[in-house]
Amino acid sequence: MDVDSILGAIFSFDNYGELLVLVQNSLWAGAILGLLGGLVGTFVMKRDLAFAVHGISELSFAGAAFALLVGADVVFGSLIGSVAAALLLGLMGVRARDKNSIIGVIMPFGLGLGILFLSLYQGRAANKFGLLTGQIVSVDTVQLQVLAGTAVAVIAVLLAIWRPLNFASLDAEVAEARGVPVRTLGVVFMVLLGVSVALSIQVVGALLVLALLITPAAAAMRVTSSPVATVVLSVVFAVTATVGGILLALGGRIPISPYVTTLSFLIYVVCRVVGSLRLRQGANGRVLKASLQP
Amino acid sequence: MKSVVSLSGASLKFGQRTLWEDLDLDIRPGEFFAVLGPNGSGKTSFLKVLLGLQKLHAGQAILGGRPVERGSRLIGYIPQQKSFPADTPMRARDIVGLGVDGHRWGLRLSAAKTNRRIDELLEVVGATEYAKVPVGQLSGGEQQRLRVAQALATDPQVLLCDEPLLSLDLHHQQAVSALINKQCREQDSAVVFVTHEINPVIDYVDRVLYLAGGRFKVGTPEDVMTTEVLSDLYESNVEVIRANGRIVVVGLPDATTHHHTHDHELAREVA
Ligand SMILES: Nc1ncnc2c1ncn2[C@@H]1O[C@H](COP(=O)(O)OP(=O)(O)O)[C@@H](O)[C@H]1O
Ligand SMILES: [Mg+2]
Repeated sequence: MDVDSILGAIFSFDNYGELLVLVQNSLWAGAILGLLGGLVGTFVMKRDLAFAVHGISELSFAGAAFALLVGADVVFGSLIGSVAAALLLGLMGVRARDKNSIIGVIMPFGLGLGILFLSLYQGRAANKFGLLTGQIVSVDTVQLQVLAGTAVAVIAVLLAIWRPLNFASLDAEVAEARGVPVRTLGVVFMVLLGVSVALSIQVVGALLVLALLITPAAAAMRVTSSPVATVVLSVVFAVTATVGGILLALGGRIPISPYVTTLSFLIYVVCRVVGSLRLRQGANGRVLKASLQP
Repeated sequence: MKSVVSLSGASLKFGQRTLWEDLDLDIRPGEFFAVLGPNGSGKTSFLKVLLGLQKLHAGQAILGGRPVERGSRLIGYIPQQKSFPADTPMRARDIVGLGVDGHRWGLRLSAAKTNRRIDELLEVVGATEYAKVPVGQLSGGEQQRLRVAQALATDPQVLLCDEPLLSLDLHHQQAVSALINKQCREQDSAVVFVTHEINPVIDYVDRVLYLAGGRFKVGTPEDVMTTEVLSDLYESNVEVIRANGRIVVVGLPDATTHHHTHDHELAREVA
């Protein structure tokens, strides 16, 4: 393969207009998942759950692989796997260290199961690969509706518990003293996270979920400490990565995920550089007394 | 006046070890109640009982007329000093904001009103200058003042403070003590103030709970902070000296963990 044909496989914009019409549903799906990932991701960061996302996605993959094997709905299978994993972590892993070791135990187990189911599966190889690397090339209208409906439900619950969840994530001890149901909120959030992981897996695959659920929020937190700005930037970054990734992927012969993850990564790198430059200047928002006095 | 906090026959034990036993106590609105004692005597555990986070071995704890539950809207809480991680994605004012409406469901819709309240509170603790600084980049004392503002945010009926003066310089110790006292007198909050150092709050304290050696004594500072009472509690010869309106306890069994003089305290901070 020469450079030209590699580039042709990665980027090709022939018949772009026609293709664009064909993937309209996928674009919408990407935008919805970006919105969801950006919102949920800020709490994943605040609650220090990056590793948990990874563990949940591995079990979600096992669930999807099992569904594929027995001919059930793959999305449903992945949903069962990730919600089960999320609930397990939510109920068991109270202390951070304990949580991390539980995840470390679950992760290889889930991945191993998934590989087992896939090797038993006799169907199309593309289906297998899709679970790990993502596959929203052709989302039909029904799928899109289910995705949108589920995402709206997750976001609605998230908005309803926004403030107490935020309090509990940043300062559990004081939140609990104020009567915030810290433990219940933790479990509820894990369920929301499980569902979000299952949905995201459809675009970027089990291995790359972190690019949607962590990287955008982590990037946002590099450049701002304002809670509102963090959420807005995180969503903008995530949607840019998903929609941008799909648009770039259109003409090529490669799955969508490398585009999404690369965009996401680039955004993070830029934010990191900007953040550390700012830190070096030492401008952290402090106003000197002299300038406060009228 | 009716009490807001009340313990009856309360005992706390961990395994074989008794921290205190048969404690009967009523704290009134507007009372400044100090909890004193050496490290490990159960001061933080006492607060945890009022917060409903620590079960009593025996007896009952009532807060706001009802048996304690896990936390309460009536409570403002300043936890024992722990600092925010360096990369906490919050600015100083957002920490105070958690105290104003962090316990409410949904999103913050009345931003203007909330922001005004946050500005007021920041002003009160002298944190206006660093309102927009990421909280992880602030010093321990600066963070501590935010926690005070956060705890005062809803004019709580019960203000629980766990060594709130730790890591504050003398000036801010006085400022924060005065502030908590103001809350106590003007808003009628019952203040439970855990401290191992009574002098910064000696002018404000109405009553003292002194915990030591698995036993306790409750009363006014004049009654409790005496040579006889403390010698009895510690079961050794302790001498209480009063000078310039301050109280110095000499000859504590475990002097390395328990100071009552400012000078010791300062010396330790410098060291
Ligand atoms: N959950 C617990 N289980 C066993 N022992 C405990 C527990 N919580 C506190 N303790 C012990 O009780 C004692 C009192 O602790 P604490 O209330 O934090 O003391 P203080 O705040 O007065 O320094 C300590 O010796 C501590 O080790
Ligand atoms: Mg303590």
